[in-house]
Amino acid sequence: MDSLVEFISLSDANVRYVALGSAILGASSAIVGCFTFLRKRSLVGDAVAHAVLPGVCLAFLMVETKNPLALIIGAFITAWLALVSIDVITSKTRIKEDAAIGLILSVFFGIGVLLLTSIQHSGMASQTGLNTFLFGKAAALVGNDVLAFGATALVLIVAVIAFFKDFSLLSFDKHFALAIGYPVRMLELLLTTLTVLAVVIGIQAVGVVLMAAMLITPAAAARSWTDRLPVMLVLAAVCGGGAGLVGAYISTVAPAMPTGPWIVMTVSAIAVVSLLIAPRRGMLARALQQRSNRLQILDENILKALFHMGEHDEQFLAARSLSAIQRQRRMLQKDLTRGLLRLRKQGYTLNAADSWSLTGEGLERGKRIVRLHRLWELYLTQYLRIAPDHVHEDAETIEHIITPELEKELEEILEYPAVDPHRRIIPQKS
Amino acid sequence: MSEFWIILTGSLVAVSCSLLGCYLVLRKMAMIGDAISHAVLPGIVVAFLFTRSLDSIALLIGAGAVGLGATFLIELFHKHAKLQSDAAIGITFTWLFALGVILIALYTGGDVDLDQECVLYGEIAYTPLDPLIINGVSYGPTAVWVMSGVLIVIAAFISFGYKELFLTTFDPALATALGISTAVWHYSLMGAVSITTVAAFESVGAILVVALLITPPATAYLLTDKLPHMLAISSICGILSAIGGYYLAVWIDGSIAGAMSAVAGFLFFLALLFSPSQGALTSRSRAVLPNAQNS
Repeated sequence: MDSLVEFISLSDANVRYVALGSAILGASSAIVGCFTFLRKRSLVGDAVAHAVLPGVCLAFLMVETKNPLALIIGAFITAWLALVSIDVITSKTRIKEDAAIGLILSVFFGIGVLLLTSIQHSGMASQTGLNTFLFGKAAALVGNDVLAFGATALVLIVAVIAFFKDFSLLSFDKHFALAIGYPVRMLELLLTTLTVLAVVIGIQAVGVVLMAAMLITPAAAARSWTDRLPVMLVLAAVCGGGAGLVGAYISTVAPAMPTGPWIVMTVSAIAVVSLLIAPRRGMLARALQQRSNRLQILDENILKALFHMGEHDEQFLAARSLSAIQRQRRMLQKDLTRGLLRLRKQGYTLNAADSWSLTGEGLERGKRIVRLHRLWELYLTQYLRIAPDHVHEDAETIEHIITPELEKELEEILEYPAVDPHRRIIPQKS
Repeated sequence: MSEFWIILTGSLVAVSCSLLGCYLVLRKMAMIGDAISHAVLPGIVVAFLFTRSLDSIALLIGAGAVGLGATFLIELFHKHAKLQSDAAIGITFTWLFALGVILIALYTGGDVDLDQECVLYGEIAYTPLDPLIINGVSYGPTAVWVMSGVLIVIAAFISFGYKELFLTTFDPALATALGISTAVWHYSLMGAVSITTVAAFESVGAILVVALLITPPATAYLLTDKLPHMLAISSICGILSAIGGYYLAVWIDGSIAGAMSAVAGFLFFLALLFSPSQGALTSRSRAVLPNAQNS
């Protein structure tokens, strides 16, 4: 607990650097990751992250020190090579994109591992710490690093803001962009450059192996909460930055631990929770909505059944027994009783003991559903030329979702009909 | 002699992965194979903590089940949380792999058998050091026995299920219409990939299994149109990668697994350039078919 307080107070300069650096890394990769997520190219980000390793090793072999600029340039070159290779393989051979990504990812990473182990075995003194690129070590961040990251992140954010319109268009409707003459190739080039940039600075804290998570997971988490891109970018940045802070905290408490996995666990937890509880798009919200839909359909079917029974004996408001209703329309006893109770609470039915009848409002509502059903059947037979014995099932589902506007249109198209394809009267609106 | 054992182990791993990988590539499930090979890690660590050995059958089955579970998790994210498939794959395998790495760091501190970097690229050079000893007689490295067993199981799986795998790969609709359960064969295949990954884990580590799963089959895909030929060619490429990889690693004193995937990649590159039907430099008809960029 003490260490947590100490961390949050940011009193130690080292802690400040590590915390700030990790937060910046997390946030910038999350922002760029949103665009790759929307373009459904998340796994390409994974390939880029893995492809960075050989570049870092080659750069090290050439300059023989861990000069950050050299390492970054090396990383850039191989990351670019990887992207270009994936493109070439996908467009020029019959190999599909998923295999191309997996192939490039693993081959480049294999080469990187080969070089890394070769360097390690060579015993060069300056090579210690090169393997922190594998799993990240936020604790290794120092003041200069934070300056560098801050500057890079700033460049990233400025670029995203400046090209926001273009990136949005690219993500949502690339073909339209092409059609109206946008320089799509250049924009894609820019976007992938930004991705590589984010990856190269991100691997310091998260490492090569898990970098993909920093691109994909915050974006997925943010997507659950909103449909608006600017909001999604901010949420993703907060998620990524927050996870970076958690990683930084871990690295101050347990310096020997790799920080990457902890950061990934944090973002993944946030994502899973988001996927579950987000309003509207979350799993819980959708399950509740589906339940509500199902119950509404059930209730309307009950009203429909009561109306049909009324049509038979011309007594729409008569009381019916449960078994009679079930003879009219088969349904589970408990569904029927619960539905009738719900309808009674809403004022659509009345009961005396076990005999149920429609109220005036229930009659109107049941009438409307039957009306919509028959209108739709007529529409299907007349306009889509579907045989009359094939239209019932479809109408059974559509009748519950036709809006008043659509109802009016149907009437007009069908010229205010009197009977449906089965020669039953279409109830008129009263 | 130990050279022989190492190359043999590598070849067994390579052939097992290449055979299964053919189906993964043809079914466009290469990245799910990648995901499984990452996802087995926590299973391996937990099982290792119980069995204290990387060679037990219990570990194979237990960790294999985790890999299979990852496929279910991906489906869950995709179908029920309505997450796009690439993100579903990405989220699942990264968090499972992260979990595995954390477990290693927390619980196996001193164990040299299982450290963070080893899980990435294995240490096939150790295999001759761990012989199978029954009644005091050494029967050769344990890894060779385990991988041979796995290869036999895979070969049996592919030959007994050849028609069903073929049909569910190329025409799943027809397969369903004929009453063949695509789901059963899908999960059987993923289970096989999972078990192979776990078995190969000690030799080549998590990430490089992916190289062997995808690269030789992709190379073969460029060279032939017939499935039996593809299976054969990718096995041969796998063996060549194992042999070439060993000598490359010895030459520059690096990870053998890394070298194997480098050689596999090189063979793919050769096929890319020189394939009679599709090579960039040698094919006659150069009609470029636009492949869908986005999934």
